[in-house]
Amino acid sequence: MNATIAPADASASVLDTVPKLLLHNAQRYGSRPAFREKAFGIWQTWTWAQTKDEIEAFAVGLELLGLKAGETVAIIGDNRPHLYWAFCAAQSLGAIPVPVYQDSVAEEMAYVLTHAEVKYAIVEDQEQADKVLSIAADVGTIRKIVYNDPRGLQKYDPNDLVSIESVQEAGRKALKSDPAVRKAWLDGIAAGKGSDISVVLYTSGTTGRPKGVMLTQENVVVSGRNANLFDHFTPDDTMIAYLPMAWVGDHIFSYGQAFAGALCVSCPESPDTITEDRREIGPTYFFAPPRVFENMLTQIMVRMEDAGRLKKAAFDYFLKVARRAGEPILDGRPVSFGDRLRYRIGDVLVYGPLRNRMGFSNLRVAYTAGEAIGPELFSFFRSLGINLKQLYGQTEASVFITLQPNGEVYPETVGKPGPDVQIKIAENGEVLFKSPGVFLRYYKNDEATAETKTADGWVHTGDAGFIDQRGHLRIIDRAKDVGRLTNGTLFAPKYIENRLKFYPEIKEAVAIGHGRDFVTVLINIDLTSVGNWAERNNVIYASYQELAAHPDVYAMIERRIDELNKSLATEEMVAGSQIHRFLILHKELDADDGELTRTQKVRRSFIADRYAPLITALYDGTPRCQIRTEVTFEDGRKGVIEGDVKIVDMKTYPPVKAAVREAAE
Amino acid sequence: MKADVQERSGAAGAGHAVADRVIGDVLLSVENVSLAFGGVKAISDVSFDIRKGEIRAIIGPNGAGKTSMLNVINGFYHPNQGAITFKGRKRSIMRPYIAASQGISRTFQNLALFKGMSTLDNIMAGRALKMRRGLLWQALHWGPALSEEIKHREAVEKIIDFLEIQHIRKAPVGKLPYGLQKRVELGRALAMEPDLLLLDEPMAGMNLEEKKDMSRYILTVNDQLGTTVALIEHDMGVVMDISDRVVVLEYGRKIADGTPDEVQRDQRVIDAYLGISH
Repeated sequence: MNATIAPADASASVLDTVPKLLLHNAQRYGSRPAFREKAFGIWQTWTWAQTKDEIEAFAVGLELLGLKAGETVAIIGDNRPHLYWAFCAAQSLGAIPVPVYQDSVAEEMAYVLTHAEVKYAIVEDQEQADKVLSIAADVGTIRKIVYNDPRGLQKYDPNDLVSIESVQEAGRKALKSDPAVRKAWLDGIAAGKGSDISVVLYTSGTTGRPKGVMLTQENVVVSGRNANLFDHFTPDDTMIAYLPMAWVGDHIFSYGQAFAGALCVSCPESPDTITEDRREIGPTYFFAPPRVFENMLTQIMVRMEDAGRLKKAAFDYFLKVARRAGEPILDGRPVSFGDRLRYRIGDVLVYGPLRNRMGFSNLRVAYTAGEAIGPELFSFFRSLGINLKQLYGQTEASVFITLQPNGEVYPETVGKPGPDVQIKIAENGEVLFKSPGVFLRYYKNDEATAETKTADGWVHTGDAGFIDQRGHLRIIDRAKDVGRLTNGTLFAPKYIENRLKFYPEIKEAVAIGHGRDFVTVLINIDLTSVGNWAERNNVIYASYQELAAHPDVYAMIERRIDELNKSLATEEMVAGSQIHRFLILHKELDADDGELTRTQKVRRSFIADRYAPLITALYDGTPRCQIRTEVTFEDGRKGVIEGDVKIVDMKTYPPVKAAVREAAE
Repeated sequence: MKADVQERSGAAGAGHAVADRVIGDVLLSVENVSLAFGGVKAISDVSFDIRKGEIRAIIGPNGAGKTSMLNVINGFYHPNQGAITFKGRKRSIMRPYIAASQGISRTFQNLALFKGMSTLDNIMAGRALKMRRGLLWQALHWGPALSEEIKHREAVEKIIDFLEIQHIRKAPVGKLPYGLQKRVELGRALAMEPDLLLLDEPMAGMNLEEKKDMSRYILTVNDQLGTTVALIEHDMGVVMDISDRVVVLEYGRKIADGTPDEVQRDQRVIDAYLGISH
């Protein structure tokens, strides 16, 4: 491996925009792979030189179409090389890409497109084109839609839509006929500055309308470069791009870091084939929110339940070995010879095949963020030899605020400040930071900018946390969500919820307690895991609702919560937050119903309103409650789910000392 | 700019732009066909035709003889009377192998997939008629046989992409949900690159979303590949939405034939479906 890291050389200072990085990569790493996409079952590869040609033709074509500097371009679709190129093509012309969540419904999309005043929409396929067409009249500023996949679009009005291919074709023709065209394009890139606006990313936001976070070229380029340095990424590293392109994480990882370090980005065939595609690619760098890791663990556990007895026994035994020795070995701490040997055998028999199954055979670094990850879940993956680490970041920071350095990984913390990042804790416990990634401002929302960003450049994260004695940041909860029970006990809902969600049977939990006498929770069961259990135990059910109300399922969840209460009793800070009552919701929380954000975070206040009768019942002691809820189906129609929900009282335990006494008996 | 597009981009079914589709000459015609099983008359004296490029629906209450009609068309049943003219050649009985080699492919009401085989292999099976190399070559899996397989695999991958079943490419079809199995079966029928595609209740047992998807696939196949489609379907909404002409059978007799609108207004059809008071 002789590849060196691009950003370290002297020219780094002038490579301050992504289009400049593109030219640099095409020259220096011309024959190395830049993008991969699986089409018709085969991986197609574009080298950096080819990528440059594609983007060049695309940019010139867009310019011929009428795109001008300073105008905004919406980019909507699943992760596709052509859409990543659209970012760079627009930026090379001084235009500003605005990625939009591909699963948002037309109305949500209309808000973003109108607010950003987009002139062109570059979309993946018919589905997205239809959505944009349906709102184009309301948005009013859209001149043309440019699409990637022509299927089903042939009969549409060419005045409304053109294909990326035809745009590129026009660009190629112009480039061929007149050498001045290329020169003009290159001059345009050379004139770009680090302070130019590179992208507007709309945050899904847990409350209110989405805000458009404006990042500069420098934000993206420097953040990408620093992250590459932090984990020593080289052009040999490869990742798989599968998270929404409108999300800052994907933008920094698959675009910022990829261009800054000439890494290779692979795009899966379809959203349903990611697991398979990941196995084939074997990424060395992987990012996933905790939810994805949770699903992986659930799937492994479900499969192992169905495995033969010998396999199951081997799995259980070596998992125990891994739990004991895995993490110390990964961190380079001393481990006894016997355990080292057992771990080595386990690696051949169990861990290796498991990693291969998950597509982690070549993995060097994996990150998780977005939400706190259950410590047991986190340790599970690390004990298998997967270098999973946490980071803490947000859109306003171009992702990186803190990261866990290799060898200093503590599950309860989110790591140390990243390169060039400063953090401080405000009086009320809120975390503030300052970094090269700090956003410029919110698009057309100076009020929100002023609230978030202080005059001297500090940004309010909205999260409460503290720095521990090792210098690591610990996040407890959203600053505004941390509350107190009526008796003054600290109540951090997310902490409780995350502990619950680690149980494979529980998919989602909402804890309530601020200003109340005690803590209660609403539970969503995990249909994969509980459904599998039901199948094995001959429990017959027709719907989520029916399974959720099953007495045996209630009993199972009750056991889990009892376990948690026992465990909470041993933790001084949260012993008072033991769960007194719980219920299992009659429907799954869903982003389409507004209960979760598009990044699958719980929208607490919305849920409190929507399920107010249930919450009242949780506190007035009634054993059952009737509830009617409106739901939105995937095709946009609405319906009503009605249910009778049972509420269960839990036993709570006196703090710590009691546990000791019990043990002594 | 948007008014005309709005209407087209509504539901999947509504994307059916008739504008430049060409409905051509008669591709297949059934003349005075009668079929009896012993004393049971399944079809009596039915005539209708299917034109090149159209979507033709055969509807009727249970036991009306719809599936029997399809079976007569592709030669699985031999009619007692009447004739079938396909691509200008008149035959008193059709043979399944002639039907298949002449470009008729079909799907079945109750699915007839190889359950233990993967999606990929099932669709590959649809290419069997197009394979030139014999068993021995295939077994060697080398040289011309290999390059042939690559060519066919390419065709199959296009179908997989078209039907959006990449994620189940390697999954054994027996384990797939019903809606997906239906899609795989359509894929296998498409793999034959048929001129006439016979679909026996393609939407049976599907939910609304799956029906919409299936309608979209049928329309696109018809629209872009120019494949003629004859389908049996019980969902009247779907039938009226996607078909050009509808023939209605009742107790083995034809009671109506025409555009969806005409058929819907026909008193005999209304009676057949809703019953009449005597």
